[in-house]
Amino acid sequence: MNKITISLLLIGALALSACNNPNKYGKGAGAAGLNGAGAGGIGVGGLGDPNDPNSPAYFAQTIGDKVHFVVDQSTLTPEARGILTSQANWLGQHPGYTAIIEGHADEQGTREYNLALGARRATAVQEFLIANGVAGNRLRTVSYGKERPLAVCSDEQCYSQNRRAVTVISAGAGV
Amino acid sequence: MMARACPTSTAPVIVTAPATDRRHCLCRSQSRNQRRLVPTKGIPAMFRTLCLAAALMGSAALSAMPALAQSGPLRITITDGVIEPLPFAAPVFTDEGGAGELSAAITQLVAADLEGTGLFRQIDPSAYIGGTSFDAPVAYENWKAINAQALITGAVTASGGKIQVKFRLFDVFSGQPLGEGLQFAGTEADWRRMAHKVADQIYSRITGEGPYFDSRVVYVSESGPKNARQKRLAISDYDGANVQYLTDSSTIVIAPRFSPDGNRILFTSFETGFPRIKLMDIGSMASKPLADLQGNMTFAPRFSPDASSVIFSLEQGGNTDLYAMNLRGGGISQLTNSPAIETAPSYSPDSSQIVFESDRSGTQQIYVMPAGGGEPTRISFGEGRYSTPVWSPRGDMIAFTKQNKGRFHIGVMRVDGSEERLLTSSFLDEGPTWAPNGRVIMFTRESAGAAGGAQLYSVDISGRALRAVPMKGAASDPSWSPLLP
Repeated sequence: MNKITISLLLIGALALSACNNPNKYGKGAGAAGLNGAGAGGIGVGGLGDPNDPNSPAYFAQTIGDKVHFVVDQSTLTPEARGILTSQANWLGQHPGYTAIIEGHADEQGTREYNLALGARRATAVQEFLIANGVAGNRLRTVSYGKERPLAVCSDEQCYSQNRRAVTVISAGAGV
Repeated sequence: MMARACPTSTAPVIVTAPATDRRHCLCRSQSRNQRRLVPTKGIPAMFRTLCLAAALMGSAALSAMPALAQSGPLRITITDGVIEPLPFAAPVFTDEGGAGELSAAITQLVAADLEGTGLFRQIDPSAYIGGTSFDAPVAYENWKAINAQALITGAVTASGGKIQVKFRLFDVFSGQPLGEGLQFAGTEADWRRMAHKVADQIYSRITGEGPYFDSRVVYVSESGPKNARQKRLAISDYDGANVQYLTDSSTIVIAPRFSPDGNRILFTSFETGFPRIKLMDIGSMASKPLADLQGNMTFAPRFSPDASSVIFSLEQGGNTDLYAMNLRGGGISQLTNSPAIETAPSYSPDSSQIVFESDRSGTQQIYVMPAGGGEPTRISFGEGRYSTPVWSPRGDMIAFTKQNKGRFHIGVMRVDGSEERLLTSSFLDEGPTWAPNGRVIMFTRESAGAAGGAQLYSVDISGRALRAVPMKGAASDPSWSPLLP
């Protein structure tokens, strides 16, 4: 088996556990075990070689699977557009992957509004990726509102990390 | 003797005992430390209404205050400016056979309910003069001597898993019973409910307000670190006792809401990986999706008070609007259609109107519209962001969350948006829910920082009696049940 095949197999196995897993954020430790990035993180972070342009680790770490937003906004910043353009290119070169885009909010907002705000952010990312050539049926959105902060302090340093959309990729057709 | 049928097998039976029927008004005299119970027989109903409104809302509220039902057998109202809680005496209920420690436990719980309102203060039992017996004539002078204004006496009988609790309430300064003696019968397991029923009677007779102690709260029990919080639905008595967990922690659940009969709850679950509305029967703990709803995400469900429909938010393509589902026919109707976020809806008690939040103006504000949809009217105009409006079960006020200058507040306003009053202020307060009598609010308070956590708090609509509800562990998203039968 060549290297790519092995890594794809690994990815496939990982995707089964990471993609749209209803328990992803349920049992805290279970999800954390899969990602090298730590807290509340992204299922694909810990496997693959970030230097291998075909690996999910490359997508998550080298390109960057997260974009950030200003307070109470879902408009994409120029920096976010740059990252998302690279994400769209990668997804264009790797048609075997689908993605769930997670929208998140910081804790400075009420719970239900933040769910709706997270959905806006995830959709902003989804629409950008579609506009940049990714087929709509490969993308799905989900909002976690303020339920899953990445950083846990209560000041802007953490809030700015938590106002995010994360593109979580997995191998397989359709979402 | 009159007996009232009990609606469910577990409900305590209420039996009325003969007593006098007199009307009283509790009025605070000019002297700060002297409050007298003044008979109000013959005082027009309007006066008594004014009396209450002044206590709860301040004088500006008088004209808008709905007249209260005057059908109760006995009413006392509290005048304005009640700062000193009313002192009462509650000697340990007489053990009339088999009650043992239950007598003291019930007596203490009655006193705790009353003191928890901030309106009452129990006089230290060590100050009581002379003994008491439930059937003996009341030695009013002994209670006057220690400045007790209300006296509660009771008796408990226990046998074969069943208990009976009797009580009487006396107006010490007028030397009269306050309403009829009552007897509650139920199972020993329901002893707390019977104590709450006794306290409810006393609270209602003295304040003229509806009861609320015999009620429950469904909420989200939280555990684990902030970035991987585990959440499960829990239900307990209003005071945190008798906790029962309704789901496990395997998936995120948020914002449960009771059905009007208190037997079912709506909530939002991430069980499928995506937020969807579920409906649970509390008795069996069985839950199912509310319906096969379209949309990427459905959340923020609430029953209509007439139980005919459920209103909720549905997100599609990043846009969140309000929808209603008819529970009889199953039909879905879209109530709002704007590119803004519309969520956190709440029906008026007559199910004819809906209050909700929308950011169509640029920030979250509160709007009212007809229950079938239609042009909304904005009612919040103060500084900051307004959210999570909840219509009082009495119809007179709307409770809300307000964010302003980095602080969160729970507040109340009239249904036309006037007379806004903030009751709390903290790092993060949100999500008010009304007690069944529309006079007390429970909400979530979250503390700041990595080690921060959520707790339930309650406060009355005058901003008095702010306190943490002693739930077991961290808790959020409370929904207060109707009064239990």
